Amino acid sequence: MEKKIITTPIDDAQIEDLFIGDVIYLTGMLVTCRDDGHRRLVRNGIYPDFDLKGMAILHAGPIVKKTDSGFEMISIGPTTSRRMEAYEKEFIEMTGTKIVIGKGGMGAKTAQGCKEQKALHCIFPGGCAVSAATQVEEIVGVEWEDFGMPEAFWIMRVKEFGPLIVSIDTKGNNLFELNKAEFNRKKEEALEDVLKHVHYSHN
Amino acid sequence: MDNLKKLKDILVEFISVVSIHLPDDVYHSLEAMANKEDGRIGNELYGCIFDNLEKAKTLGRPLCQDTGVLQFFIKAGTKFPYLDELEETIIEATKEATEKTPLRHNVVECFTEENTGNNVGTRAPFIEWEIIPHSDELHIDLYLAGGGCSLPGRSKVLMPLEGYEGIVKYVFDTIVEWGVNACPPLVVGVGIGTCSATAALLSKKALLRPVGTHNPNPLAADMEKRMKKGLDKIGIGPLGLTGKESVQAVNIEYAAHHPATLGVGITVGCWATRRGAIDIRSDLSYDIPSHKEAR
Ligand code: SF4
Repeated sequence: MEKKIITTPIDDAQIEDLFIGDVIYLTGMLVTCRDDGHRRLVRNGIYPDFDLKGMAILHAGPIVKKTDSGFEMISIGPTTSRRMEAYEKEFIEMTGTKIVIGKGGMGAKTAQGCKEQKALHCIFPGGCAVSAATQVEEIVGVEWEDFGMPEAFWIMRVKEFGPLIVSIDTKGNNLFELNKAEFNRKKEEALEDVLKHVHYSHN
Repeated sequence: MDNLKKLKDILVEFISVVSIHLPDDVYHSLEAMANKEDGRIGNELYGCIFDNLEKAKTLGRPLCQDTGVLQFFIKAGTKFPYLDELEETIIEATKEATEKTPLRHNVVECFTEENTGNNVGTRAPFIEWEIIPHSDELHIDLYLAGGGCSLPGRSKVLMPLEGYEGIVKYVFDTIVEWGVNACPPLVVGVGIGTCSATAALLSKKALLRPVGTHNPNPLAADMEKRMKKGLDKIGIGPLGLTGKESVQAVNIEYAAHHPATLGVGITVGCWATRRGAIDIRSDLSYDIPSHKEAR
């Protein structure tokens, strides 16, 4: 199957036909933004000196090594997206970000934001941080270094960054919510069986 | 003096090895789980996991960016010659491994909420001691406690009448509600004891036991197997994107408990469960039995 590659700046046409579960790759600009960055932007209204319109953000806290000529990406993997749930919808509205990448699902509020703004939430396989680092061609810059290495706003040029699995599409469908409903249903069945066999006490 | 430097160097290398390579048991358990998947996404995801492990090995980099907070579980022979200096040596080794490997800076001091920048802070790295009488050897289990995989952990005290059924329900609810975002397939540690604190500690000790081993008590082993089988039926799959199985293992450790309480603790490790075991003898010769194949 051919790789589906999305290139920044991203317009609606590139992503509006994608469906939850689709696998895509990203080429272009990608910036890290997590807890502190979301709070600073959404709550305090402070913008970084980099236009996020049509760009992609990654919920991640990387390991970066300073070199003579700049920075080297050692290891970068997604962090739990849920933590940004309170702010993500506003973040998308305020910045025009088109793809939010992280790990695990996000909630109804973000799904609504993706629907209204035609944006995606995708997951990058959690923990696969060395593979991800090798897909970073260059660290172009960094802002908000005062947050420390994991929380800083790292601006990267990436090539075929992925696989990214669409977890919320531009219609607001939410893969993790659907899976969760399924897991809960199966949990009840599975429990019924296990519970029959764990009366270990003497009476 | 020279020997202390040697001990520190051994520990620095040990920390690096544990951050770069999975322990043999976890590697093999993932391999076996990958072979059972036949869906497109499942194969794609396990493909990423093994590609990443390979790259970490060739490039000598931590396999996940979250190298965690370091936790050392020590079994110290009373006659091991460097007990007095061990804690200080571990702290120095942590700082050095943070620079050299490099590890991410993951320790935030309480109340100031500032990152210490070297993975050392109050009671960090976390060190737990057990004494082995009449021995001159040192055994250390090292666990890298990542954020995402520490998040589902919890403990509480059940009414004894809730019984082992209550424990099973608590574990299943926790894994479905919180485990999905913790980079499955998880290793699940369950502790049983009198209070929430001892149950929680035992759940961590359960997590330190290799995947594929069982509790020596046949009833506890039976419960481990039944819980794993039950959780697998839920089909959480790699990274929570559904699949044939859910967890790598359920390990139980327990302490006999008060008749009026049934404490239960849950601690999980992610697919990238990074723990290592090292045996150091009094002449400072050593083995890393957890990573025989890794290097
Ligand atoms: S849960 Fe484990 S694999 Fe996932 S990001 Fe955290 S430490 Fe890495």
